[in-house]
Amino acid sequence: MVDITPADAIPPAEVAEVELYHPHGWWTKYVFSQDAKVIAIQYSVTATAIGMVALVLSWLMRLQLGFPGTFDFITPEAYYQFITMHGMIMVIYLLTALFLGGFGNYLIPLMVGARDMVFPYVNMLSYWIYLLAVLVLVSSFFAPGGPTGAGWTLYPPQAIMTGTPGGQDWGIILMLVSLILFIIGFTMGGLNYVVTVLQGRTRGMTLMRLPLTVWGIFTATVMALLAFPALFVACVMMLFDRVLGTSFFMPAIVEMGEQLQRGGGSPILFQHLFWFFGHPEVYIVALPAFGIVSDLISTHARKNIFGYRMMVWAIIGIGALSFVVWAHHMYVSGMHPYFGFFFATTTLIIAIPTAIKVYNWVLTLWRGDIHLTIPMLFALAFIVTFVNGGLTGLFLGNVVVDVPLSDTMFVVAHFHMVMGVAPILVIFGAIYHWYPKVTGRMLNETLGQFHFWVTFLGAYLIFFPMHYLGLMGVPRRYNELTDMTVMTESAQHLNSFISIMAFIVGFAQIVFLFNLIWSIRHGREAGGNPWRATTLEWQTPQTPPAHGNFGKDLPIVYRWAYDYSVPGAKEDFIPQNVPGSFGLSKEPA
Amino acid sequence: MTETTLTHSGQTEPRPAGWQGIAADWSSDQRAFKNVSWGKAMMWIFLLSDTFVFGCFLLSYMTARMSTRVPWPNPSEVFALRIGGSDIPLILIAIMTFVLISSSGTMAMAVNFGYRRDRRKTAILMLLTAVLGATFVGMQAFEWTKLITEGVRPWGNPWGAAQFGSSFFMITGFHGTHVTIGVIFLVIVARKVWRGDYDTGRPGFFTSRKGHYENVEIMGLYWHFVDLVWVFIFAFFYLW
Repeated sequence: MVDITPADAIPPAEVAEVELYHPHGWWTKYVFSQDAKVIAIQYSVTATAIGMVALVLSWLMRLQLGFPGTFDFITPEAYYQFITMHGMIMVIYLLTALFLGGFGNYLIPLMVGARDMVFPYVNMLSYWIYLLAVLVLVSSFFAPGGPTGAGWTLYPPQAIMTGTPGGQDWGIILMLVSLILFIIGFTMGGLNYVVTVLQGRTRGMTLMRLPLTVWGIFTATVMALLAFPALFVACVMMLFDRVLGTSFFMPAIVEMGEQLQRGGGSPILFQHLFWFFGHPEVYIVALPAFGIVSDLISTHARKNIFGYRMMVWAIIGIGALSFVVWAHHMYVSGMHPYFGFFFATTTLIIAIPTAIKVYNWVLTLWRGDIHLTIPMLFALAFIVTFVNGGLTGLFLGNVVVDVPLSDTMFVVAHFHMVMGVAPILVIFGAIYHWYPKVTGRMLNETLGQFHFWVTFLGAYLIFFPMHYLGLMGVPRRYNELTDMTVMTESAQHLNSFISIMAFIVGFAQIVFLFNLIWSIRHGREAGGNPWRATTLEWQTPQTPPAHGNFGKDLPIVYRWAYDYSVPGAKEDFIPQNVPGSFGLSKEPA
Repeated sequence: MTETTLTHSGQTEPRPAGWQGIAADWSSDQRAFKNVSWGKAMMWIFLLSDTFVFGCFLLSYMTARMSTRVPWPNPSEVFALRIGGSDIPLILIAIMTFVLISSSGTMAMAVNFGYRRDRRKTAILMLLTAVLGATFVGMQAFEWTKLITEGVRPWGNPWGAAQFGSSFFMITGFHGTHVTIGVIFLVIVARKVWRGDYDTGRPGFFTSRKGHYENVEIMGLYWHFVDLVWVFIFAFFYLW
């Protein structure tokens, strides 16, 4: 703040700047690597691989919904298993892992000007435990009885009872063990990300000079470290309920006409624990997306981000508020009206900081030199999608509106827009943006255009009609809708249309994967800074950055991350590590 | 946005007052916490996260205890020991608590001698802490055995609400696991101190990084935390 020129270096008390673990051979360089960049790629590849499984599961669900009665192998049990695994994989094993484990690992050390994460060994363990969690999850597909079909929220008592797929088999046990492993692994990585941002920055890098990407990932990680404990506890307790026969979440209950030896537990307690994690989780996924999209917009509109300081406070505010809104997921469970009032109020208050962010993105674009590159297209698509999804969130935040809509396709449409499509669009944008840094080559532009337009328009064609279906009263979670009065012929046609769109959008993702692999060898040479961006990761001496990131000397930061189109400067961008008194010198907004 | 101003005049601007000053301090150059090492910062943040874990466990237990319709067994009677012909309530728990709190004292002394680079005393005090910790776990094992022989199970017990046994085994088990892990690491760190690793700068086996006497303090942070958690378990589970 006050330290205008970077002061004397505060020597890292515990680790000499170059005291890094140096790999000895192929195994320690590419497999058991302690380099955050390699770990990031490992995280990303694993998350993408398991994400493809979830994509296929969504296809199977859409096959059943769009063309009911056509596919015999999709039994009701199988359908529930698809739903459960699709939701869990997408939210936790793909989005959380990719944003924090993937982008966090790659970008944090590079963007704050560090050689690596503060504790690379713990960071490596984090990935391997994550991989173990994924393998346990995958193994449930091959376990007797198949994976759990409890719904992605795993509500007890049904999650551990006969009749729910995997409830009395291996499914639910493997699911819970996998989640516990994931949380342990994530905690190891998360501690690294937080400490690296707080304590491991290079000279001149104040927190208020951090790129918003780092702010988003940092805040999300802090939230995750405080929210995942609730899920951890819920998983441990449910595991005991299932394995040891305790009754934490089990009320007195009759199963198949037989009174169980259970009683006195509270299923609502699980819901509280789950959503105390579950709602922050939405923002654990959204905040990194907010941060990344801010940087994409600023870079590709060649303009400083509007209201940087407000953006930072909005991120922190959203993070804090998201811990006091969880019960809006439980309106239909029933609660005292005053609680409903409280949680509706806090929920709607979140609209204020998020609206600030949306306005600031739009004002950043305002009169900018907008380059419609692929990352920019995805960033723009994100803004639109996030506003759309956010507006339906205002509907659902109100108790009286939520109760009739809660079990309909409207909710499916809402959270897929706001938490599924919007962050995924940012992930795509971010991959197109940083791929040149990771590989040294650009992704193919033509394939990128194809991928963007099919994904963007396709996502709308999938999820927009779902809002209408929901308002008509078409319920979610049902595998068979044909006999319902709400399922008119036209509604079923709409359902079939959604399914066809889902297949097309899914296909576009395979084109994207092809592009990712093909461009490693055949992409256009990118050079070190193809987007002419200011942040430190583009200023590395080598591309891709070598072990230790910055060569002999760490960069010194002289300015914030958004000096684009500065009047009087030679270029339309001034990297953060370029000294000089030109550039932004006043409060931006 | 004063911090993006580039005057290069060598002058320092006046420090902002009030909340702005606090924000300025937190976000200042390189490190948010100036004299805090990476390891110590990481331990504090981990403990914050772990607080939430224990908080959730305790809140869940309290929810179960308040909402159950079957009477909750009386802890004073359940945790009484028959000594010399009379039942003394909570006597074992009192001794366990005393032992664990004493171990915090020896840990604090170990930290002190660590900073004086007194290898011998530091290592001995850490081992003493570990012994006290192991004693605590041993007494906990005794307590578990006693309750199990009396018929307490995770799914039920002879005296009342089934959640009594479930919560008891889960919470004390989770805490006991923390103590056990602490004992293991105390022994590891004590060995390193004894061998002089922190004087010679011998790199760690896994991390290949040099250790410092500060590791004793970081170990101590964890140990005091586990101790503090026990105080809450004692208050909420045994005294309630």
